[in-house]
Amino acid sequence: MNEKHPMDYLLREDRIPHIWCPGCGIGSSVSCFIMALEESGLDLKKVAVVSGIGCTGRVAGYVKLDSFHTTHGRAIPFATGLALANPDLKVIVYSGDGDLIAIGGNHFIHAARRNVNMTVICINNFLYAMTGGQVGPTTPLFAKASTSPYGNFEQPFNLVHLAAASGAVYVARWTALHLRRLTKAMVEAFKKKGFSFIEVISPCPTSYARRNRLGDGLAQMKFYHDNSIIRHGADPKDTDIGFQTKIVVGKFIDKERPDHYTFMTQELEKVTGGKK
Amino acid sequence: MLLSSLGEKKMKYWRKPLDADKVKVPHGTVRIVKDRCKGCGFCVEYCPRNVLEISDEFNVKGYHPPYVKNEEDCVNCGLCELICPEFAIYSILEEELEEKDEQ
Ligand SMILES: Cc1ncc(C[n+]2csc(CCOP(=O)(O)OP(=O)(O)O)c2C)c(N)n1
Ligand code: SF4
Ligand code: SF4
Ligand code: SF4
Ligand SMILES: [Mg+2]
Repeated sequence: MNEKHPMDYLLREDRIPHIWCPGCGIGSSVSCFIMALEESGLDLKKVAVVSGIGCTGRVAGYVKLDSFHTTHGRAIPFATGLALANPDLKVIVYSGDGDLIAIGGNHFIHAARRNVNMTVICINNFLYAMTGGQVGPTTPLFAKASTSPYGNFEQPFNLVHLAAASGAVYVARWTALHLRRLTKAMVEAFKKKGFSFIEVISPCPTSYARRNRLGDGLAQMKFYHDNSIIRHGADPKDTDIGFQTKIVVGKFIDKERPDHYTFMTQELEKVTGGKK
Repeated sequence: MLLSSLGEKKMKYWRKPLDADKVKVPHGTVRIVKDRCKGCGFCVEYCPRNVLEISDEFNVKGYHPPYVKNEEDCVNCGLCELICPEFAIYSILEEELEEKDEQ
């Protein structure tokens, strides 16, 4: 496999082909990510990618950047340390819905509350894909998972609502099919100071679609094509995702609020008069 | 609505129409890294110009990679490159062909 691809310069080629299944949307989102890094004009030496554990958690291991594959649920606390110790670093967390919102849920809301300077990209495939498709806090009502064979009867979180309510300054949702819009959202999020969040609804033919008889990855992409409604500025509370219902996508929040580091140093200086 | 927004990236290569009924359309050459492909069909389905088709050929992993069915129709929009989850396909700007604006 000596043939080159234009994105290879940002990939750890020795690890390609990656482990993702045929028709998995994570790889498409990574193409958008590489394109967004390119378009953003960021100094790639000052970019760090942090992932937790899961299929999505593998992203950190495939991109040729300073990247960290942390423990399950702890990408955000790790990233918080990175961001605080290196205020000039662009810290990007790239992980799964289970990793960020189940075991890592507290870190997520508090990083958004404090407005820690980072971009969080969450691949939402509605369950714990890597470990066999267990139900999670994003599984839509009535969707089947390996641990909810009769359907899920627990209300899921709406991630964009959660992020917005917790204080994120940039919140968007796209699907893995909205390639250009997702790329643009990433560029916008990278430029934002503070906690920015992008949810990417993504096909998981192996764990989610198979159990729910939704077909292959392409069938899920077609579903997104037919059922996504672009509604920029929609109130995040009106964007719940049900089982195979319409998916409201768009940019929901884009506001300014002092980021954690800037605010903390500035206020501290007021109190101490610059004395250490 | 959605599809029209998929392939905007390389629009910056587009030139402004020289006159009312003619536009410059870029032309691309498609490259496929066959052995990386996992045959998902995304590129085939969403290429706006229907350039690609799944082949009967098997790659090293046993998947059917796409082949270029209508190379002359590729407009170098870059969508296949962006949608491919395997980093297995891309296009290169070849030349700009003058084409009647069909609209
Ligand atoms: C502390 C700990 N608990 C549980 C696990 C098992 N585990 C690995 S990945 C995962 C869930 C991954 O789900 P998600 O973050 O949604 O990623 P996906 O695979 O769906 O991309 C779990 C529970 C673990 N590795 N570590
Ligand atoms: S199990 Fe699902 S999320 Fe994981 S690689 Fe396969 S398709 Fe992708
Ligand atoms: S660049 Fe790819 S998607 Fe765009 S027209 Fe050419 S083959 Fe089709
Ligand atoms: S999108 Fe990529 S992996 Fe899927 S069929 Fe096309 S070349 Fe193969
Ligand atoms: Mg998941």
